[in-house]
Amino acid sequence: MALSETLTKQGTFPTPPFSARGPLSVRLLDLLSAAPDGDPHLIPLADEALQAATDIVHDDDIQLALFLLYGLHYGSVVETDDAWEWHPSLIALRLHLEAAFEAELRRVVPVPALPEPSSAAVAAALFALTGEDSGPSLSRYIAAKANREQLAEFLVHRSIYTLKEADPHSWAIPRLTGRAKAAMVEIQSDEYGGGRPERMHATIFAGMMRGLGLDDRYGSYVDQVPAVTLASLNMMSMFGLNRRLRGAIAGHLAAFEMTSSIPCGLYSRGFRRNGFGQDVTWYFDEHVEADAVHEQIAGRDLAGSLAEDEPSLLPDILFGAAACLTVDGWAGAHILDAWTAGNSALRVPLVTGAAASAPASGSES
Amino acid sequence: MSDLNRAAPRIVACPNGPLLVRGELDLVTPEGDPIERKRRTIALCRCGVSSIKPFCDGTHKAIGFTTTE
Ligand code: FES
Repeated sequence: MALSETLTKQGTFPTPPFSARGPLSVRLLDLLSAAPDGDPHLIPLADEALQAATDIVHDDDIQLALFLLYGLHYGSVVETDDAWEWHPSLIALRLHLEAAFEAELRRVVPVPALPEPSSAAVAAALFALTGEDSGPSLSRYIAAKANREQLAEFLVHRSIYTLKEADPHSWAIPRLTGRAKAAMVEIQSDEYGGGRPERMHATIFAGMMRGLGLDDRYGSYVDQVPAVTLASLNMMSMFGLNRRLRGAIAGHLAAFEMTSSIPCGLYSRGFRRNGFGQDVTWYFDEHVEADAVHEQIAGRDLAGSLAEDEPSLLPDILFGAAACLTVDGWAGAHILDAWTAGNSALRVPLVTGAAASAPASGSES
Repeated sequence: MSDLNRAAPRIVACPNGPLLVRGELDLVTPEGDPIERKRRTIALCRCGVSSIKPFCDGTHKAIGFTTTE
């Protein structure tokens, strides 16, 4: 793949390439299709959605609504009038949904016993927590069994976060201070390519999507993913954008990095087994080495230092780490359960059947 | 200022894990050929099982490598 191609600016859609999933997201998409006009009162509609939801984390309408609201801050989700980003009605809606989402996460996520608030003890506790075997593994399935269609489905799921890789945690940089901030910046700088845009992880991932014949524009596959995949990104956005949750975002990043290098080696194996070359596996190969570095920094220097400097954040550091494992565990189990039952793991099928017709990498066009 | 310019290497011996290396140093083969360093901070394997030696690939966790005396 030509270097210039990997540097192409990420494309966007003039109108959202995905559909609403209920009354709340219908209303939001409708509002965002025009410039703000007045102060729509959205809380009653949100309350109806919250009352109708049996499980907020898996609720399509609520998670899509949160995804749209955070998308106003990230960009590339709905192209709309910039004035919506800080519109009081939408901020009020986001805070209202976040309160319920956070409460649900705190109710369902099992948090381990708290270690001493020392850097070494926190790192050890996080490595212990993330090292616990949590049953059947998506990465082992991908290494040994997944076919090309399943690999494409896997990238579709991953694309919701990974095309914005590192961005949710970057919200935390100005919300941290001292050693924890320095550690966060050290990790994020590497995520963003260390000054070389072609090495930016999100950019490498976009190249891998194209290698499988997938559309790398953000939002292409929102319709295809279940609520829990959106919830995984929404949770990071919530942790990163709320300063009071800076412990949770630090813990989240630590758990994320600690559960990445070994699975990425297995993912890479699955893609090679299906005939893909290094241009496609680069993303995972890069993460094997990068995340073995990041997990050390994240455990001791980010989460550990934060616990030493602000011991009151210790419970949230462990909560953020456990929430990462729980929610991403559900998202992974959703895929694995579908595949082992012989089904697609997508909410709606891929329109183009892209992956099936993707050329083997290395066969230059 | 002078510290930044020198960028003296510093190696953190991570408990039960790799050697984390920050700062300028030459990483070479026995023949003296440079080993490509893809990032500013690197982790060198000290458990012996990494598949990307001399770098750590996280496998030390899978084998239960410990550094405690
Ligand atoms: S120290 Fe990490 S793989 Fe050897």
